[in-house]
Amino acid sequence: MQFHKYDVVIIGAGGAGMRAAIESGQRARTAVLTKLYPTRSHTGAAQGGMCAALANVEEDNWEWHTFDTIKGGDYLVDQDAAEIMAKEAIDAVLDLEKMGLPFNRTPEGKIDQRRFGGHTRNHGEAAVRRACYAADRTGHMILQTLYQNCVKHGIEFFNEFYVLDICLTETENGPVCTGAVAYELATGEIHVFQAKSVVFATGGFGKVFKTTSNAHTLTGDGMGIVFRKGLPLEDMEFYQFHPTGLAGLGILLTEGARGEGAILRNASGERFMERYAPTIKDLAPRDIVARSMALEVLEGRGAGPNKDYVLLDCTHLGAEVLETKLPDITEFARTYLAVDPVVEPVPVYPTAHYAMGGIPTNIHGEVLRDNDNVVPGLYAAGECACVSVHGANRLGTNSLLDINVFGRRAGIAAAEYALSRDEHVELPENPAASVEAQVALALSEHGQERVADIRTELQATMDANASVYRTEDTLKTALHDVQALKERYAHISVQDKGKRFNTDLLEAVELGFLLELAEVLVHGALARKESRGGHAREDYPNRDDTNFMRHSMFYKQGEGLAADIRMDFKPVTFTRYKPMERKY
Amino acid sequence: MTATAETTAGSRGSLPPVPDGAVTVTVKIRRFNPEIDDEPRWDSFDIPALPSDRVLNLLHHIKWYVDGTLTFRRSCAHGICGSDAMRINGVNRLACKVLLKDLLEKGDKHTTITIEPIKGLPVHKDLLVDMEPFFEAFRAVKPYLVTYGNEPTRERIQSAADRERFDDTTKCILCACCTTSCPVYWTEGSYFGPAAIVNAHRFIFDSRDEGAEERLDILNDIDGVWRCRTTFNCTDACPRGIQVTKAIQEVKRALLFKRV
Repeated sequence: MQFHKYDVVIIGAGGAGMRAAIESGQRARTAVLTKLYPTRSHTGAAQGGMCAALANVEEDNWEWHTFDTIKGGDYLVDQDAAEIMAKEAIDAVLDLEKMGLPFNRTPEGKIDQRRFGGHTRNHGEAAVRRACYAADRTGHMILQTLYQNCVKHGIEFFNEFYVLDICLTETENGPVCTGAVAYELATGEIHVFQAKSVVFATGGFGKVFKTTSNAHTLTGDGMGIVFRKGLPLEDMEFYQFHPTGLAGLGILLTEGARGEGAILRNASGERFMERYAPTIKDLAPRDIVARSMALEVLEGRGAGPNKDYVLLDCTHLGAEVLETKLPDITEFARTYLAVDPVVEPVPVYPTAHYAMGGIPTNIHGEVLRDNDNVVPGLYAAGECACVSVHGANRLGTNSLLDINVFGRRAGIAAAEYALSRDEHVELPENPAASVEAQVALALSEHGQERVADIRTELQATMDANASVYRTEDTLKTALHDVQALKERYAHISVQDKGKRFNTDLLEAVELGFLLELAEVLVHGALARKESRGGHAREDYPNRDDTNFMRHSMFYKQGEGLAADIRMDFKPVTFTRYKPMERKY
Repeated sequence: MTATAETTAGSRGSLPPVPDGAVTVTVKIRRFNPEIDDEPRWDSFDIPALPSDRVLNLLHHIKWYVDGTLTFRRSCAHGICGSDAMRINGVNRLACKVLLKDLLEKGDKHTTITIEPIKGLPVHKDLLVDMEPFFEAFRAVKPYLVTYGNEPTRERIQSAADRERFDDTTKCILCACCTTSCPVYWTEGSYFGPAAIVNAHRFIFDSRDEGAEERLDILNDIDGVWRCRTTFNCTDACPRGIQVTKAIQEVKRALLFKRV
């Protein structure tokens, strides 16, 4: 076991983690622990843009952006947080430009902006050009720019360190976060990092689904660790399905394509979104477009030999727009489906994309331990966190915004908190014990279950029973399946018993997190007997503000994988927007 | 050693069903685990695969169902994160961007694919190499915007043409396909290598940047751009289609004519 001492430890090196590190690293002694090399993080896969009311190409203001975010989130958004995000968006974009991000430019040389789903002028009148972008590789540019600036500021990274636990020390004022415990992939050694503050920025858990835009490594580790510590997770039933995944593969095709004018069509060539969202059509928010696509297929209007997808028609955009503004997705379609978007429409279907829920935080990124109290020293930002700025459905581009605005806020808050403490709080006794036990158990001979089999079955049941449309019956099936898989997980076998880069062990540990988070998702989806945003219950098709205008809070009850889940509720914060019917 | 899907299936349950249209692929993989091996060896695996499968799918099939000790990096699985650079049939590629059908002759029912780690970086285990020397070279070229004086309140103004000037080199995902395809890099590991030069180029030709001279000084070094022998391996290897050799030539020219 090795021991390290820092002021601030940041877990994860995607957009949120590195944005936090740039702030924290200039103020306090900071270490970034990351499962992947920073530039491998999935922020790099984001494509379309980052919204901010710069008004560079047409009239816009941050209040409209706030409203769109709240309406887009089906009024489950905490309105104070949405207002902060929309207001600080402008500086967040300008900061990135000053750090070197190569945005596309207007003829006057300003940052160019394009349309995006759910972002409108004057509270829904028409689509507005708000998304700042760099071709269809905005996430790539953000990730590279943030890493470049981490290099510039000499940020200290511990690459391929897999954090498996955090240290909570009980004090008379409740638990305080005092560090993190990591498994070093290169050596199999356990490292304890004592810190005054810890920031989680570990991303999402899309790998609970089969068809997903998410990377193999997005297994919800940070959310899982927090949940195992008895701390709550918030709004986990709200999972976003991005409308345009490459059919059958789930690889993302940006909403920016529709922002540039691409059109969704069914088998007969009809522009079906005109029926579902007459005002903004193909640029309706993602939950609405994904459901519309699913309905087209369910009602027999799907395209292809099995009528199981719809078509994204870019052919009228012309080769030049595709090559200059959408080059990557053009290449994805050519490489993976052998379809050339310049001359033929691309088969698409919704793909599991983004967790609206996560580790509950306040607007400073401080992690909540219940509805009212924070865990001193513990922070979270980005997809793993739930502020909540996305409510029941995130608008496109608002995730790149979220990581920059709240990554920055969490980095500053964590550093300032660390600087305000003279001494490190003592670590709990044997801080590495649980991780050592977890690794030893996984490597021991205790069964013949294959990790890949359990994971495949988990993903299959989640796709079939807990995706775009859900019912009591499908969710009960999913819950039953997940619980049975958890029992089988107790008998997994890891073939690689070595210490050196044991990725076999890594996948086994990741599967444990996936199983727990899948159960929380399904549990929450069963309890929420209404349809709101990304959570669509066929048996409860309407939004029910009387009973469900509230955040869900999930607590793990007891130890071990088979433990129970306790649910509680947290009020939504309203400032100036009253819930209205959501029409586009 | 030859491991086949059939021989190891028994104790750990059945294998996934073989899909219609599958062909049999013999995957020959260069293996090395310094914990137990004295030197590298070749392992072969016969597995079923669809022509639409990525090479990464084949590696996953082996790891998940045949030999869990097989070790490689991967993450996004669609050519964006740069984790899974490897030598596939002798050329550097991302395993998630090569489809089996690209390696099959028409009508083939069987093929053999060889997979080795990228060359020029120390092998940690199987296909997983030490990336530190690669990232060290990247960090050494000041790969970030250098500016002096006060920052503007709003964004810096940059014309679309000036933005276009360095567009190609902004696409780099630091996968190391180019650097580890370079024969000069194989023999002289101290050479900065194509990827570091590409990332220097990305800033040298950015109209907002004021650090070109510092970077050009760094690349004028004995291990800098003059090591390049224009073999174009790097350009062929780049999974992002960057004109790597051209970028290196532009940096050379900037040094010769003291002008960017």
